[in-house]
Amino acid sequence: MPLDREQVEHIASLARIGLTDDEVEMFRQQLSDILEQFQALAELDTAGIEPTGHAVDLRGVLREDEAGSSLAAEEALSNAPRREGEFIRVKAVLEE
Amino acid sequence: MSTGVPLTIHDASGMLARQEISSLELTEVCLDRIQQCDDRVRSFITVTPELARQQAGEADRRIAAGSARPLTGVPMQVKDLICTRGVATTCASRMLEDFVPVYNATVAERLLGQGAVLLGKGNMDEFGMGSSCENSAFFPTRNPWDLERVPGGSSGGGAAAVAAGEAVYAIGSDTGGSIRQPSAMCGTVGLKPTYGLVSRYGLIAYASSLDQVGPITRDVADSALVLNAIAGPDPRDSTCLDIPAIDYAAGLALESSTPLGRGGTSGAVRLGVPEEYFTDGMEPGVREALESAIDTLAGLGADVETVSLPTTRLALACYYIIAPSECSANLARYDGVKYGYSFQDTDNMWEAMEQTRGRGFGPEVKRRIMLGAYALSAGYYDAYYLKAQQVRTLIRQEFDQVFQKVDALVTPTSPVVAFPLGSKTADPVEMYLIDVCTLPVNIAGLPAISVPCGFSQGLPVGMQLIGPHLSEQRLLRIAYAYEQATEWHEARPDL
Repeated sequence: MPLDREQVEHIASLARIGLTDDEVEMFRQQLSDILEQFQALAELDTAGIEPTGHAVDLRGVLREDEAGSSLAAEEALSNAPRREGEFIRVKAVLEE
Repeated sequence: MSTGVPLTIHDASGMLARQEISSLELTEVCLDRIQQCDDRVRSFITVTPELARQQAGEADRRIAAGSARPLTGVPMQVKDLICTRGVATTCASRMLEDFVPVYNATVAERLLGQGAVLLGKGNMDEFGMGSSCENSAFFPTRNPWDLERVPGGSSGGGAAAVAAGEAVYAIGSDTGGSIRQPSAMCGTVGLKPTYGLVSRYGLIAYASSLDQVGPITRDVADSALVLNAIAGPDPRDSTCLDIPAIDYAAGLALESSTPLGRGGTSGAVRLGVPEEYFTDGMEPGVREALESAIDTLAGLGADVETVSLPTTRLALACYYIIAPSECSANLARYDGVKYGYSFQDTDNMWEAMEQTRGRGFGPEVKRRIMLGAYALSAGYYDAYYLKAQQVRTLIRQEFDQVFQKVDALVTPTSPVVAFPLGSKTADPVEMYLIDVCTLPVNIAGLPAISVPCGFSQGLPVGMQLIGPHLSEQRLLRIAYAYEQATEWHEARPDL
């Protein structure tokens, strides 16, 4: 079933992606086409089959808890778009 | 007309050891070649000549001191989603256009630790999402065999740089075929290791359960040399397998006219040809090249049989649910706050974030993030994400079963040769279909290698060999035996 514009806008808001009107229409069509390809899965009975998250059997690889060097604050902040001293500056999260 | 740097790693390493050439001279040859043809090929996003010369000088001192390793002094290109300290790492995205990592990826650390020379960073589809290198936010890379055609993707820059003779080898990453498919289209050797064999620390994440780093080289022996350098456990990647080191370059050559007559799990190497990989959409020239390659493998002593992997038909849907789902989570970090592109011309925090992401990401990245967000969203999770993970189990079990019977599978790497720029960009599904032969390998976490096996329409064709988990050594030996019996890997484009 093809997506409608409202659904695309809802998905975009979940993903926090601002779309133009033209993009909403383009993605509506393209995502609908892609979702149609997924119908093949719906036809398969997978009852009782365990899901696989990682294809290689991993047994919780843990490292020793040893103190080591880490990034200096100046390095860690070197790519921040907006700074104030040793802090990253952001817009107000809570509004009045 | 020229074919660029004529050297493999093993040739270069020998010449450097005998001091027939210095690393600085070899580096200048590569930089000259980049100067001469990269305005046409455009395989590099960033070229680092000063850094390369400095590293080459250090390598020469190391060679003179007698402490050289196989990669010491040999110039390489690294895909632009592998973090390199102090060198811009953009992921071919506006989002990271100005991003300069403050640490090295483990892979970069290991290569530079051996004394490798970094020529620069390779072009790619944005964040590794694409099959043609046309999704680079900056410019597409062109195929050195035909500049009107794509080099494949997403590691198109790496395959094109090696094919054009700009770099001796390249480091790529492969989430659904991104090392193997461009290697097939450019006539290079591309290895995607077993999931977990190579550390992902510092590899900018696309789909974490599928991503693997690997080499793009001129031949199989070089592939083994690079794998030796980059494989192995890493305390900084908890998904990296803790297994003993193997020398992949040792024992490649078996002195025999029928080298595949032994070296299998019991006697001759047993090769399976999965019928589902020889689809209707396959180009006739690709089919002919593969049939001829399979005859060659049989002539080398391998037992060849037809096998069936019926769930292959579901791999595309499975991949395009799992990879976008993981990508929607991984790329949530690009919010314009900590690093990367940031749109701030608004009073509202949410608006700033939405504009940052809307403007910073290209269309394919947005498409996959939204696809993933949809597949994971309330009411759709069971139908899409859970279902895809169950199909992933089936695909994996099917490979497990077939590897009870055969040592490796032989398939085309891509059903088609390199296609003209712009010919598949209008329809995302058509582009996704290019990767039908490579996606199942990532879904199951298997190793696979693509080697040149002929030409169709004057363009390279790749053969893919797929093996069970951690069978790299055997895959490399099979590929090496094939390569020794053929001359496809020696062909070079003129530019």
